[in-house]
Amino acid sequence: MSGTSSEVDSPATTARPGYGQHDPIYPEPFDDSLDRADIPIETRLELYRKQQEIRQLEQRLYDLFVQNLVKGTSHLALGMEAAGAAFGVALSSDDYSFATYRGHGHTIARGVPPEPIIAEMLGRSTGLLGGKGGSMHLTSVEHGMMGSYAIIGAHLCIANGAAWSAKLRASGQVAVAFFGDGATNIGAFHEAVNYAAVYELPTIFVCENNLYMEYTSIGQVTPVANPAADRASAYGIPSTVVNGNDADAVYLVAREAIEHARSGGGPSIIETKTYRHGGHSRADPGTYRPDDELEVWMAHDPIPMYHQRLLRIGVGERELTEIETSVAAAIDAATEAAKSAPPPDAEALWTNVWADGGWQWRN
Amino acid sequence: MAELTYREAVSRGIAQEMRRDPSVVFLGEDVAGAGGVFKTTTGLLDEFGPVRVVDTPISEQAILGAAMGAAMTGIRPIAEIMFSDFFAVCWDMVVNEIAKARYMTDGQVDCPLVIRTGNGGSVRFGAQHSQSVENWAMAVPGIKVVAPATAHDVVGLMAAAVRDPDPVLFFEHKALYATKQDVADGEVVEELGRARVRREGSDCTIVALALMVPRALEAAEQLASEGIDCTVIDLRSLIPLDMTTVLDSIQATSRLFTVEENPQACGWGAEVASIVANEAFWDLDGPVVRITTPHLPLPASDVLEDLAIPSVERVAETIRKALN
Repeated sequence: MSGTSSEVDSPATTARPGYGQHDPIYPEPFDDSLDRADIPIETRLELYRKQQEIRQLEQRLYDLFVQNLVKGTSHLALGMEAAGAAFGVALSSDDYSFATYRGHGHTIARGVPPEPIIAEMLGRSTGLLGGKGGSMHLTSVEHGMMGSYAIIGAHLCIANGAAWSAKLRASGQVAVAFFGDGATNIGAFHEAVNYAAVYELPTIFVCENNLYMEYTSIGQVTPVANPAADRASAYGIPSTVVNGNDADAVYLVAREAIEHARSGGGPSIIETKTYRHGGHSRADPGTYRPDDELEVWMAHDPIPMYHQRLLRIGVGERELTEIETSVAAAIDAATEAAKSAPPPDAEALWTNVWADGGWQWRN
Repeated sequence: MAELTYREAVSRGIAQEMRRDPSVVFLGEDVAGAGGVFKTTTGLLDEFGPVRVVDTPISEQAILGAAMGAAMTGIRPIAEIMFSDFFAVCWDMVVNEIAKARYMTDGQVDCPLVIRTGNGGSVRFGAQHSQSVENWAMAVPGIKVVAPATAHDVVGLMAAAVRDPDPVLFFEHKALYATKQDVADGEVVEELGRARVRREGSDCTIVALALMVPRALEAAEQLASEGIDCTVIDLRSLIPLDMTTVLDSIQATSRLFTVEENPQACGWGAEVASIVANEAFWDLDGPVVRITTPHLPLPASDVLEDLAIPSVERVAETIRKALN
């Protein structure tokens, strides 16, 4: 038996921490030199507005959960707003976004109004998906938001299809697939990155590494430090690791990757280092995290940090307050409208299985 | 009119649609340069070039993902999954993504794509390359399921599938590739969801699909020489399912037999039988009899495989016993 256990107890296995045993991972310091980055002030105000929109929308969704007005589950991205905002600003209006079930922020970041998002969460007829999709499937094709996908990995392959289509049509569009660190260990990730590399597709793979695949530390189950970026070399494509809590930092690498893809340079991987303030989903209090890890990350909250940067570069407090209050007013109005909207008609159950609008499968 | 093999009909059908619509593209493993492992797609690369006819890596999820994303954004892809058994490695794409995209988004997302695949046994490939999985597909709301039995239908139903605005799984039968039938000249287009009565007889109705259609027809010829006159219906598609043709026939014959290659439990004939029990019970003179592959993995040996998959003799004998 001892022979067997020593074979199993290989160095590769013992190097991985056990569940809840890992050392805390702390954020990179905010890089103040980016204060002088080549980003116009209007763009920075838009980055701030979008981060506020995501934050305030998700806080509202959380409140609506607590009030039991949202049924089912929800996966919030509080603390992870910077990447969604950065791509929301950097993408052109006809580019394609493919998000995960943690996709509320990516949806509003593409310009989808908050009312249909909130109404969808409440299961109302005015929801973005008529109440049929729910929290995990937010989609708005007219905004280039091509869907939120709830089975890990699939949408990386689907984003390739949109990128391929753009290439076939010579439209100049790019496709961005957002995914978590956990997705880097599923086969579809590897199939998708290889496929994009082989056909030089304009796909940008954006791993929002929040350090936890659901409840388990990503380091416990991944042999490399940067689960997405460190895999890029296997497929011969460029990758960047970036502070995912700094919207300017993400914006700069997003702009570069988008330009690279749009000009025919092919796919790339961006890995943003970030942290979710809450648990994986509504059911998860996140108790597996080391003692002060959350505390330190909370002190690196992307939104107050960005607020400070804007003040440093000369934006007035009053202008920022105006952004915050106008977003709050919009979320309030959207909430009230969504709450007073009717539930779906029973007839909606039977619509849109097929392109003819119906559901018939036999005569 | 030209006599074509079922195999040749595949490339004829794809080429017909690629000539008609420049947004139609075709992708899969070994489909372009090699012309397909079953030689079903020979010539397409030469005619349409490598932009529209694409050799892919062995990455079934990537293939179906590429097809779906392209279909969502204005392209009409035809994807090949070489053996239908391989659906098991990319079923997430079919079931969770392609089938549900339109409904989950309340109609925002279009998915006009075709996935064609080599299905079925009697080819001695063993349990992982011989399955009939059309019943897996039938169980999933949101995809159409087609299985042609003749070269004509390969061309005509392929055209219908490519032109259909919904996702279609197109099950070609590997054991039919070498068979030959007449195919009309010019454009051939059939309609999805219409069964075809292949033979008319007053004593019973046999409903069959794909390879089971020629077997049912041959059994019906044997029985005819004994004075048992059978109607044979080729369902051609499982979704949409043409129950009207089946129910009309039962009104005339009062007996129903299904001939199914899929394993027995939850095979397509169980659904047909259940509908008939609900809607035509009083038209029946006897029980519905399902003739299926037993609920077994398929063996490789020809002797054993021939015992498993319904044969002409088993079909004829089952009907003979039931009617006498």
